[in-house]
This record gives sequence, C-alpha cells and structure tokens, in this order.
Amino acid sequence: MSELAMDTPIDRSAMKVSDEVAIEIRNMNKWYGQFHVLRDINLTVNRGERIVIAGPSGSGKSTLIRCINRLEEHQAGQIIVDGTELTSDLKNIDKIRSEVGMCFQHFNLFPHLTILENCTLAPIWVRKVPRKEAEETAMHFLEKVKIPDQALKYPGQLSGGQQQRVAIARSLCMKPRIMLFDEPTSALDPEMIKEVLDTMIELAQEGMTMLCVTHEMGFARQVANRVIFMDQGQIVEQNEPEEFFNNPRSERTKLFLSQILGH
Amino acid sequence: MSDTHAETVSYVRETMLPQQEPPASTVGPLGWAKTNLFSGWFNTVLSVLSGLFILWLAYRLLPWIISPTWQATSLNECREIIGALNKPHGGACWGVISERWKQLMFGFYPPEHYWRPVLSLILLLVALGPLLFRHLVPAKVIYFSMLYPFIAAWLLWGGTIWNPIVAILGFVIIGLSLKFLTSVLNPALALIIGVVLAVIWWVALAGTVAGGLSAVLPIGIEAIASRQFGGFMLSITIGVTAILCSLPIGILLALGRQSDLLLVKAMCVGFIEFIRGVPLITLLFVASVLLNIFLPPGTNFDIILRVIIMVTLFASAYMAEVVRGGLAALPKGQYEGADSLGLDYWQSQRLIIMPQALKISIPGIVSTFIGVFKDTTLVSIISMFDPIGLSNAIRADTAWNGVYWELFIFIGLVFFIFCFSMSRYSMYLERRLQTGHR
Ligand SMILES: Nc1ncnc2c1ncn2[C@@H]1O[C@H](COP(=O)(O)OP(=O)(O)OP(=O)(O)O)[C@@H](O)[C@H]1O
Ligand SMILES: [Mg+2]
Repeated sequence: MSELAMDTPIDRSAMKVSDEVAIEIRNMNKWYGQFHVLRDINLTVNRGERIVIAGPSGSGKSTLIRCINRLEEHQAGQIIVDGTELTSDLKNIDKIRSEVGMCFQHFNLFPHLTILENCTLAPIWVRKVPRKEAEETAMHFLEKVKIPDQALKYPGQLSGGQQQRVAIARSLCMKPRIMLFDEPTSALDPEMIKEVLDTMIELAQEGMTMLCVTHEMGFARQVANRVIFMDQGQIVEQNEPEEFFNNPRSERTKLFLSQILGH
Repeated sequence: MSDTHAETVSYVRETMLPQQEPPASTVGPLGWAKTNLFSGWFNTVLSVLSGLFILWLAYRLLPWIISPTWQATSLNECREIIGALNKPHGGACWGVISERWKQLMFGFYPPEHYWRPVLSLILLLVALGPLLFRHLVPAKVIYFSMLYPFIAAWLLWGGTIWNPIVAILGFVIIGLSLKFLTSVLNPALALIIGVVLAVIWWVALAGTVAGGLSAVLPIGIEAIASRQFGGFMLSITIGVTAILCSLPIGILLALGRQSDLLLVKAMCVGFIEFIRGVPLITLLFVASVLLNIFLPPGTNFDIILRVIIMVTLFASAYMAEVVRGGLAALPKGQYEGADSLGLDYWQSQRLIIMPQALKISIPGIVSTFIGVFKDTTLVSIISMFDPIGLSNAIRADTAWNGVYWELFIFIGLVFFIFCFSMSRYSMYLERRLQTGHR
C-alpha cells in the first residue's frame, strides 16, 4: 500500500501503445461451482499497454488474470491471446502459456533447482533451445534483474525480493510478449518492494505488455496507462491513472480508494 | 562496542587477544558425554541404567555366543564340546552355520554354478550405480543398467543366450514403433501399437525364433530350474525385482489416483484399495495355487515369476500411497509455476513435481522397500526355500534337528545388513538433496 517514492523520473517515451490487439476478452464468465466469480468481463488490451487491476479482496482479480493463461478455466465467453483462442485444446494452451509470462505472489520458484536451472528449464524443454544458449539468455536476464552472482544458488538461499526478481527473469527467459503479475510485491518486506517494482518499471520502459494486480498505487500512477477497478467479479470502472485517482466515478471506487490511500 | 572507532575513543582495543581454548568440559569425549549423557540428574540416571542393562545383556549373551563349535558336524557333537567346557548356560552351536551357510545363501542351486548368482549380484551393484550415486558414476553406465535385467535373468536361470536376446528385441520393437509412429500418430496410440506388436512377438514368435537360433548356433549355459533357487539368492531376486518395479508402478498409480479422467482414477483407487486390503499371504497363495486353475493346462508360468508379480503388485499399492503423500505435500504453486511456463503434463511431472515429491517421500519409500524385502520371507509358506524355509529344511536333517537360535541369528544378521544399508542410503540421499530451507 506504500506510495512509491521514485528517485529517477520515469521515461514514458518508450511506453508506446500500438493498435495491435494483444488480448481480447469477450463476455467472459466464470463460476467456481455455484459461485459466480467473474461476470461479463469485456476487456481489450493492446500491445504495449500497462494495465493495473485493483479492487477489494475477493473481487476476482487473480481469477481474471489467471484465466488469461488458463491456470483457471472460463465457462462462457471468449479469451483470445495473440490471435489464438483459449479452448480446451492443450496444444493452444501450452502455446499461449509459453508466450505469456506470469509472476506469482509467492514466486513459485522450483526449490530443487538452482537459480540458473530455474531460468533455463522452460527454454530448454519447451522451446528446445540448446543448453548453452539458454544459459547465456538466462545470465543476460539475471544481469538485468541485477542478481547474476546468485546464479548457482538455490531459491531457498535468496531473500524474498531476490526470489521475485528471479521469478521475473525466469519468465523473461521464455521471451514472452505479455507479462502477468499477481500481487508480485505483497509477500515482501517494504525495503524489498522497491527493488521488484524497479525491475517491473524497467520492463515497462522496454515496451512490454503488462497486466498487474497490485495494491501499489504509486506504481499504478507512474507506470500504468490504464487502471481497472474490479468489484464482485465485475469490471466497475476503468480509466487513465490520473482520472482514476482524482475523479473516480462510481461510489464503490471512491470507497475503495479512500480505504487504500488512507484518507 | 563494535561500532566505536579507535581514533575517537582511546580505550578501544587495537590488537586482538589470541583465541583461548574452550574449556575441556565442553569439547572432546568428555564434553560430548557431558552434553549427551549426563546433562541433568534425570538424564544421568537414565544413562547409568541403560549402561547397566547393556552390560548385563553382554554378560549373559557373550558366553553363549563365544562358543568353539565351528567344526561341529551335528548338534550332538556341539553338545559334547559344550559339555566338556562345563559352561553354566550352554553355548551356541555354530557348526550348523559353517556347514550350511552356502545353502542359506543359494538354496539348492548347484554349487558349481554359484559364480552365476554371485556375478549377477556384483553386476547388480554396477547397474544400480547410476541410479543410486548419480554424480559419482559415469552417466553412460545407464545403458548397462537397462540391459542388466536380461543379463541377470540369463545368468540365474541359464539356458540359451538367444532367450534374453529375443526378449530384448520385444523392447526394441516398442522403441522403434514409438520412434517412427509418433510423427504420424499421437504418442499414446504409438505406444499402444508398439506394446501390442511386442506382445505378439513375445507370445507367438519369440520362443520359436529363439529355439531355431539356438539349434543353429547353440550358445548357452546350463539351465537351472526355479525350484532349485533358494536362500538369500531367492529373497534378493524377488525383493530387488519387486522393489525396482514397484517404484515406477507406484508413481503411475499415484498420478492416476489424482487424474481428472474418471475411469483412470477409479481403476487406480480400486486397485490400490483392493491390494492394501488383502494380506500378502493371500496373494502368494493365489500365485502358487489359484493361478494354475485359470491358466490353460500345460502353460509353464514360472513360480518365481508369479511370486515376483504378486509381491510387486503388493508393493506398488503401498508405494502409490507413499508417493501420494509426497504429492500432497507439494504446494499448489509448484504446479502453477510449471504450467505457467508452458511445460506439458509429463514434463512438469518429471522435471518439477516428481523430483520434489519423491524427495519428500524418501523415508516412506525406503521403509516400503525394507518392508518388501523382509516380506519375501513369506514365500516359505508356499513351500519355496527362502532362508526361513531353508532353516526348516535344515532342521529336518537329523544331524541338526533342534537348532533354532543360531540359524535365526544368522538370517537376521544378513537381513539386517541389507536393510540397514538401505536406511543409511536413504539418509545419505536426503542429505545430498538438501537445497536450503523450505
Ligand atoms: N479454487 C477456488 N474455489 C472456489 N472459490 C474460489 C477459488 N479461488 C477463489 N475463489 C473465490 O473466488 C473469489 C475471487 O477470488 P480471487 O482470488 O480472484 O480474488 P482476488 O481479487 O484476487 O482477491 P485478493 O486480493 O485477496 O487476492 C473469492 O471470493 C474466492 O473466495
Ligand atoms: Mg488475488
């Protein structure tokens, strides 16, 4: 919930939104048993967009972004990622998953593999990249998230912030075109939040299409081009960050903002 | 005080004192005894009492164990030797071990062929190398490990060399059909076709082909019938095969039990619960008696093979539950992490899930292994000559009628060596797979 204090101003010049559609969600509905988690979701994400999804606990934010790479199955409507529709066809699912990176609240690194092996595993087995090349790519991204010297350690030997940066590097090694983040900083101590957010900002500046579920409103202000507010499984409101924070339209958004920003 | 500076504070020490030895009472054997045996009055009392108990046991047992009866050729001779020594509590009659230990090891296997089981055991250790000590043994040895079952079976049962070769050819057929058919069919279908072809080969053709080849080129060693197998050789043959087969089958059953496919799940659950609900002895009786009723008359389905199958099925059901425990202990995030990277089901099982689940289950897996190995002694009930069965046979000899303890101590000792090695290995493996906290 901390406001992000930025020491370097963000260069928004490279954050260009193109006309090309990256993700298209049409009339999507999802139920957990009898429970209607997601109702009539319509969302179009263009390439290069940085979208922050906010909302109270239990509003279905995680479920929404987990539907995008089929960690959860939707029951009605359409989800089209990079031109491929998500159906029960396993080939499509694996293809989309390898194009869409995901970072979790609890990192989900593989504790029995070294940092380097964590990063090279999917490129080697899914993309069939030769091991040497995969290791070079992995080192490149580990340098980018500023932990190349930890490459031979195991995840259990790293701090939370470092683990989350490894998780980001691991996703990047698959050269994804879209990145999903599900509360990447909420399991971290305050001093580690910044190092992870910095990494995400850098990613945004390189033009990555990003969907982030986060409570970091400072990050939303500075990086996002669109903030989506969800409540009770619906998209209640979406707007540019300035408008969203200064002139929230719905009552629910106002209430949420007053709670989360603490005034 | 560590953050004060010598320039600003004059009383800070600039040179370090030499390190002092810790007090003798905390290190060395004395220190060890103090912390581990005599910390507090309660522990001291317990230590003293256990020490006294051990001394008493040794005092009573050692005179019995140390008994110069190695040369004796019958129980009566033992009694004469011990009687001459005038021992108050008698002594052990070790003559039976020195005379019969080979029989306890090999059963009724012809002595001039003892080298064959011995060689198979040595080769077994080589073949297990790449599985047990992956980072110490060259990876190429795994090819030998794959051939080992055929080599061992041939060494143990003997016969023409063409038998193992045609058996291997069946697996080659499976391999080839996987290789060439996967490009046109889906892998599961290719596997099924391969297996069907292989079974046709084994059942309908292999025997004739092997017979024909051995008529042309008779290379082979003397065939030895299953009923001549016995002793620890029999236990190890059954135990090792059942252990090695039960792990992969158990893994598949555990995965099947978690499957979304209802039929697969029901079959796995049914199998596991049925086998766990039935005593092993019942299964062994089925193997020895009932199967013959169902099989067409005249089929020669080897008794050891039947027993191995039953013991394997039994062990697999337990293994499946142990592995399931390991799977349940894995956080859901591991599956999601693997899925989100685009790994398919088998890849994530093999690379992410199983390595961790099996690591968690090592203690349970090894317990099951040890249990299976000891359960092989139950085959004595269906009149096979495992060490226990042999000890009965030895007692049937008038010379040794009445010898119990010595035989059981020897058998127990050999079993203990095997089981203890397995348990030490599992501890070594757990230590080696430790990768930081969590
Ligand atoms: N596997 C599941 N089975 C049944 N209900 C679920 C399941 N997962 C989530 N839910 C329910 O769905 C709703 C939405 O969950 P979701 O995790 O998407 O919320 P969220 O917006 O991410 O909340 P938070 O901010 O707490 O993470 C919640 O009410 C939750 O209880
Ligand atoms: Mg959530």
